[in-house]
Amino acid sequence: MFLSRTLLRRHSVLPGFDLALGFALLYLGFIVLIPLSAAFLKTATMTWPAFWDAVAAPRVMASYRLTFGASLAAALLNAVFGLVVAWVLVRYDFPAKRIVDALVDLPFALPTAVAGIALTALYAGNGWIGQWLPFKVSFTPLGVFVALTFIGLPFVVRTLQPVLEDLQRELEEVAATLGATRAQTFARVVFPILTPALLTGFALAFARALGEYGSVIFIAGNMPMVSEITPLLIITKLEQYDVTGATAIAVVMLVASFAMLLAINLLQAWARKRQGR
Amino acid sequence: MSTASIAVPVAAPAAPVTPRAVRAATSEPPWVRRTLIVVAFAFLTLFLFVPLAAVFWEALRKGWQVYLAAIVEPDALSAVRLTLVAAAISVPLNLVFGFAAAWAIAKFDFRGKNLLLTLIDLPFSVSPVIAGLIYVLVFGLQGWLGETLRDHDVKIIFAVPGIVLATVFITFPFIARELIPLMQAQGTEQEEAARVLGASGWQILRRVTLPNVKWALLYGVILCNARAMGEFGAVSVVSGHIRGQTNTMPLHIEILYNEYQFAAAFAVASLLALLALVTLGIKTWIEHRAAHAHQDLHEGQS
Repeated sequence: MFLSRTLLRRHSVLPGFDLALGFALLYLGFIVLIPLSAAFLKTATMTWPAFWDAVAAPRVMASYRLTFGASLAAALLNAVFGLVVAWVLVRYDFPAKRIVDALVDLPFALPTAVAGIALTALYAGNGWIGQWLPFKVSFTPLGVFVALTFIGLPFVVRTLQPVLEDLQRELEEVAATLGATRAQTFARVVFPILTPALLTGFALAFARALGEYGSVIFIAGNMPMVSEITPLLIITKLEQYDVTGATAIAVVMLVASFAMLLAINLLQAWARKRQGR
Repeated sequence: MSTASIAVPVAAPAAPVTPRAVRAATSEPPWVRRTLIVVAFAFLTLFLFVPLAAVFWEALRKGWQVYLAAIVEPDALSAVRLTLVAAAISVPLNLVFGFAAAWAIAKFDFRGKNLLLTLIDLPFSVSPVIAGLIYVLVFGLQGWLGETLRDHDVKIIFAVPGIVLATVFITFPFIARELIPLMQAQGTEQEEAARVLGASGWQILRRVTLPNVKWALLYGVILCNARAMGEFGAVSVVSGHIRGQTNTMPLHIEILYNEYQFAAAFAVASLLALLALVTLGIKTWIEHRAAHAHQDLHEGQS
């Protein structure tokens, strides 16, 4: 009864509010909030210099550069090609379109370890793709980029598709009647409408890539200072029984993810406003 | 470029203008269309289709016997069993949570709802590795409950409960996220009507709410299940990698791969890839059904 008396804004004839919300809050607390707070509390016991040493050591800084750099590059590539894929899937007809459409979600459904070993085999020096390339991909930072591109692929396509489907064709017709070429219509009418969704998809892909582990560790080669991502460094520290150091780096990554979450929420609010909903 | 579309009305002057000719102003020249389709296909082939094909190709490269041997091997079977157990516990737990959260959020108006919605999505933005780490901080030997657990001889980290907890965390939002928007859109009228007619809470749940959300529920469950069975990073941190005991399928794949048993690694991987394909198949089927149900509803109303 406590919950309904303190939180409920409007009385309802429906039963179960206390039970449902009570259970949801309890579960959320025990599974998510209390364990997550453990990371912050553990770090709070560190002194500033110790914290700084743990999160700003050269090897850790190199891992941030790689993680953020490769995530950004992969999200950018996905933004460009995701736009093309979404456009093609919504506007054009071609054979096997429904199968292609369904397969776009593959990176969501395929376990990351499976993706990791498959990409490594493909891009290795003797792999299907690797043998045609003049440079090495597997076991280099470029491999990290390839894995993160795979992981982030569905985000831009899936955020753009509904917006493209809802796009009023009348706007494009008006632009055409007023003498705009197709390219002008796209650049000045269609693209601005898509921008918030495109940015949201980009941010989602970027945020996902920041924390990705499974698909990357197989293809990266994991050389310290060169191709070692931050999540791997957390595990390495844990395996060396440096729990405090691992947690300090984890807190930095958590703060980065929460900042991304906030940015994504703002972008989505902007997108909704732009669409007039 | 548009000679064909212009030629139609010219060849048959009496015929009404075809829709294709009308649309020409808002669609791209054929060469642009073809280029875009080719570019999209090239990108998807390179990053999606070829990796998927490679899994099955590598798995079967050494023949069926090697493939089957890798799958019926005791360690592999134990990994399959543990993966099924982890999914069988975490999916129902998150199902109950998802439904409870969706019921409270969609059917009632209360303070702090937006905060709750954000918190539910939180696990999506946490790196799997960190998801594993936080449970080590709580239940590990040096963690909050470490000594108490050791004194009572309870093992959570490097044991099955830790794997289940990590899986629950990773798949936490999936079902809630599918149910909440749908139940919000459906509103409370039907439930209120049932209530006024004297239905009890369980009757409303069974006869009104559940039938209304069954497809979204199934959708959430299959996505949650796919993620639960495939989770790697979080499980990797808490499992301890004890062969035959705390290895799930993805962890088993990693061990085989690192031991250069590529064919065996890909054989186990192909099972998970099949699971992914089946998941996508069911997902597409549900979307198809939902789209039709939506259409029927609209046609019925108009």
